[in-house]
Amino acid sequence: MEEGAPPSGAPRHRPPRARARLLRPRTRVDWFLTVLRVAVLIVLAVGFAAFIAQEINPDNPFARWANPDAAGLTGAQFRGLVISGIAQGSMYGLIALGYSMVYGVLGFINFAHGEVFMVGAMTGMITSNKLADAGLWESNFIGSLVFIVVVSIIVSSLTAVVMERVAYRPLRGAPRLIPLITSIGVSFFLQNASVVLLGPASKSYPNVPDWVKAKHTFLQIEGAKILVIVVAALSMAALWYYVDRTKTGKAMRAVAEDAEIASLMGIDVNRTIVKVFAVGGAMAGMAGILWGILFRSVIHTTGFLPGIKAFSAAVVGGIGHLGGAMAGGLSIGVAESVGPLLILEPLGVSGVSQLRDAVAFSMLIIVLLVKPSGLFGERLPAEDRA
Amino acid sequence: MSLAEPPAAPGPSPSASPGGDGSSDDAPPRPPFAQDWRRIARMGAIGAIGQIFISLSNMPVKLDGRAIIEGVLSLGYLSLVVLPLASGSRVGHQIRREGVPHHRPGAHEIIGGAACGALVGGGLSLLAVLIANFDLREPLVNWSPILADLLGFNRGTAFAVIIWLAIGAAVGAAGGLLRVVPPLARRVLWTMVLTLFGAAVLESLTTDLAEGMGIEGLIEWFYAPRGGLTITGAIALAAGSGVLAFVARGRIKGAKSRIDALEGPARNRANLGLILATAAVLVILPMFAGKLTNELLANVGLFVLLALGLNIVVGLAGILDLGYVAFFAVGSYSAAVLTAATSPKIHPELPWFVALIGVVLLTGLVGLFIGAPVIRMRGDYLAIVTLGFGEIIRLLFLSDWLSGWFGGSQGITNIPGAEIFGLATVAGTDPRSVFYLVLAFCAIAIYVSWRLERSRIGRAWMAVREDETVAEAMGINTVNVKLLAFVVGAVLGSFSGAIFSAKVGSVFPASFLILVSIVILVVVIFGGMGNIVGVVAGSAVLIGVLGGPKQPGLLAEFSEFKLLIYGALLVWMMLARPEGLIPSVRRTRELHQEEMAQDAWLRGQTEDDNGGRDATASTAATSGSTVEAARLAGESA
Repeated sequence: MEEGAPPSGAPRHRPPRARARLLRPRTRVDWFLTVLRVAVLIVLAVGFAAFIAQEINPDNPFARWANPDAAGLTGAQFRGLVISGIAQGSMYGLIALGYSMVYGVLGFINFAHGEVFMVGAMTGMITSNKLADAGLWESNFIGSLVFIVVVSIIVSSLTAVVMERVAYRPLRGAPRLIPLITSIGVSFFLQNASVVLLGPASKSYPNVPDWVKAKHTFLQIEGAKILVIVVAALSMAALWYYVDRTKTGKAMRAVAEDAEIASLMGIDVNRTIVKVFAVGGAMAGMAGILWGILFRSVIHTTGFLPGIKAFSAAVVGGIGHLGGAMAGGLSIGVAESVGPLLILEPLGVSGVSQLRDAVAFSMLIIVLLVKPSGLFGERLPAEDRA
Repeated sequence: MSLAEPPAAPGPSPSASPGGDGSSDDAPPRPPFAQDWRRIARMGAIGAIGQIFISLSNMPVKLDGRAIIEGVLSLGYLSLVVLPLASGSRVGHQIRREGVPHHRPGAHEIIGGAACGALVGGGLSLLAVLIANFDLREPLVNWSPILADLLGFNRGTAFAVIIWLAIGAAVGAAGGLLRVVPPLARRVLWTMVLTLFGAAVLESLTTDLAEGMGIEGLIEWFYAPRGGLTITGAIALAAGSGVLAFVARGRIKGAKSRIDALEGPARNRANLGLILATAAVLVILPMFAGKLTNELLANVGLFVLLALGLNIVVGLAGILDLGYVAFFAVGSYSAAVLTAATSPKIHPELPWFVALIGVVLLTGLVGLFIGAPVIRMRGDYLAIVTLGFGEIIRLLFLSDWLSGWFGGSQGITNIPGAEIFGLATVAGTDPRSVFYLVLAFCAIAIYVSWRLERSRIGRAWMAVREDETVAEAMGINTVNVKLLAFVVGAVLGSFSGAIFSAKVGSVFPASFLILVSIVILVVVIFGGMGNIVGVVAGSAVLIGVLGGPKQPGLLAEFSEFKLLIYGALLVWMMLARPEGLIPSVRRTRELHQEEMAQDAWLRGQTEDDNGGRDATASTAATSGSTVEAARLAGESA
């Protein structure tokens, strides 16, 4: 509700943009948006309240108000949903890092980043199946996992770098929408290249060992989910170290702040941008492997929805902000896994699990309506904050 | 695939001097063997990778069934010689710079082209060896003996290695030769090639029309019974088109510039004449055409209608709406619900034209509802959010929650055709009537777009597109103006949807995938954003030849590859010619400001500008678009 009532404090502390927004006359569209925001919040609140009422006492009249069949959730179900939300969300977070870094540096949405993730997952599928044929996958699972991670990181980084060289570098300085449209073309091309090269059928990863499949005594979580969460956390930590503590990371941050000045200070901007793409691609490749371990099947459209959701995650966390990307990923993951049952089912929506993608998109829209700069505030060069 | 674009044509950048490459001034030709080998190696390697990609995508095998010239050339082999030709020609390309001598092309270009082409062809030789020795069928589905046989002309691997090196070198040399021959000869040659290719592509269309007109005899002489041109037919066509091109040299361009030079009423009369002629052809043509051709024309028309709608949103107002398919879906579904007796919840069974009012109102409302929240967002966020809306709408139609209204994944079937005031019923069984209905709506859409473009609103749209801040400062209510564009685009899309549901007779959520939006976007960009003629021509060519997301085009063999080609085309257009094939003048000015500023700088014209020679290209670009926006806004406000 950032456009709501005038501030009680001294207005001179407001940033110029917020003041300009206050000075603009309120139009019908503004009223509509305010109504929409309030309506969204009311729907969320009512759904949540109905859920709580149900949990307190299922025979409560308020619990039965909209959906007489609502069953509510047991504690174990709820925990399971949250855990799988976190596992998926950490993958979204890993992909979101690439969106966020590229947006921070070049100021455009690399729509094809989801396809880099898909390439990573496909590479993992091919390598792991070859390893399984050789018998290494069963006998030495951890070693093969490390191997496929390395291969897929190399391939997806390479994809991202080639993409930058061929499609985006010639367009530096073009109007903002031009590289976005190009990246849509790249995404379309990569998807369909996968169809013509590898075939349109869905492909599966080889069987994982039992300890990965089984639920563990600790919180009753499946091994695969623990694996995903731990690996994602480790990669995030590594990335944080790389961007925050190394010289290359400093160069990246400098280019994100102001490319022209960075180049005047002796930073090779082109090389830094290539590294940004490579690192983003590596994270996406990592996420691709984790996806393959968790869901064990990939298809050429695997990259599309996670890509869009990861972009949403980057926006939710505040684009250009690395920690924000991870936090945004986790919140999108948890929201799409818990949201349908928590908010929609008590409201009487049937077949809610079909709507989890719709929930993820709605979350992007709601965040952009209510707080467009994301949870942690965006970090962008001044010229990109249009 | 890229044959339609002569690689030898001078690039789009206006900084290339218009004289063509054949001018005889400048420096003498370079010595034949003093080649830039690194450049040749690089281009050859890129071409070889492309060649291997094309082969492994199964394009040659799949397209081999489609003959271009019977027994001589199939589309499959054509797909293998395009790259050597293009790179052989490209490698001889010299950038013309002011004050730097330009070498006259000669043996140097031919030898360079041959070397580069041989490298590209070598890619196939390498592939043939690899297929013979390794089995990678597991991940790569097209790694097959069929491909090996095709590459080796059924004569083994060694033959394949030698023949592809030779073919590559020969074709590459031909590409280099294209740079050497005088422009007139080149034009004649291209006309001949394009005529042959066009005649082969249009085969089903022309045979169908000829049958309708009762001149099968002629057609049988041109086309072989199993597809493709006959050799005699090909020679006759090539000779005829070559002679025509030789006779007509420069005259077509002259006529066009004469029409362009006309002013006032004379220009209007000329335009009216052209429009009437086109309309007459479009009305008369389907009468002679059979069912398949009319089906094709109807599909093309549906996409022209969609493209015109998207053109208002993207081309005029500059709002990148990636969820445009949502309006197509809402139009289809609302028409289905209002007309079909089988729709689950309410079935008023209105006549189609009455239902259309409801469709327009509903889509307009949905447009407002989607548009209002997104219209304030910056352009790229808006694109993703509209994409999200497009997907949400499809998911809602698909969901069990609303299946009581829209039938979920079962969709709505048995939709009656459109009754036109009791005169005729338009349904999928009679594609000719569908085409006429689509044609009528296209005419309306073109008229509306044309009037809007020249109206106050249109100028406001373009001002917002060029620079929103300046437009706002000049007194344009940017939010309302953009919202209006969104709604107008939505309504045009809904017309297409309503006709679509009447034509197909059923609607399913699966018809409204996001890729429909992307295909429409490709079509609009290919033709030329913001230019009605460009958009219509772009969609007619692309949808007609390659086909829509689910609809087959003239080259039905391409159905597996068309999305791939659409993706590549989108990237290529953005890199090489962002203003589209038939650009709008204003759009070009915006996209090429930098080059134009440089040209002006070279001519020394910027000296009287305040910025002077120090103005960097980027500031020139900004100020250019700002000035344009202010001018447009001034006219409009």
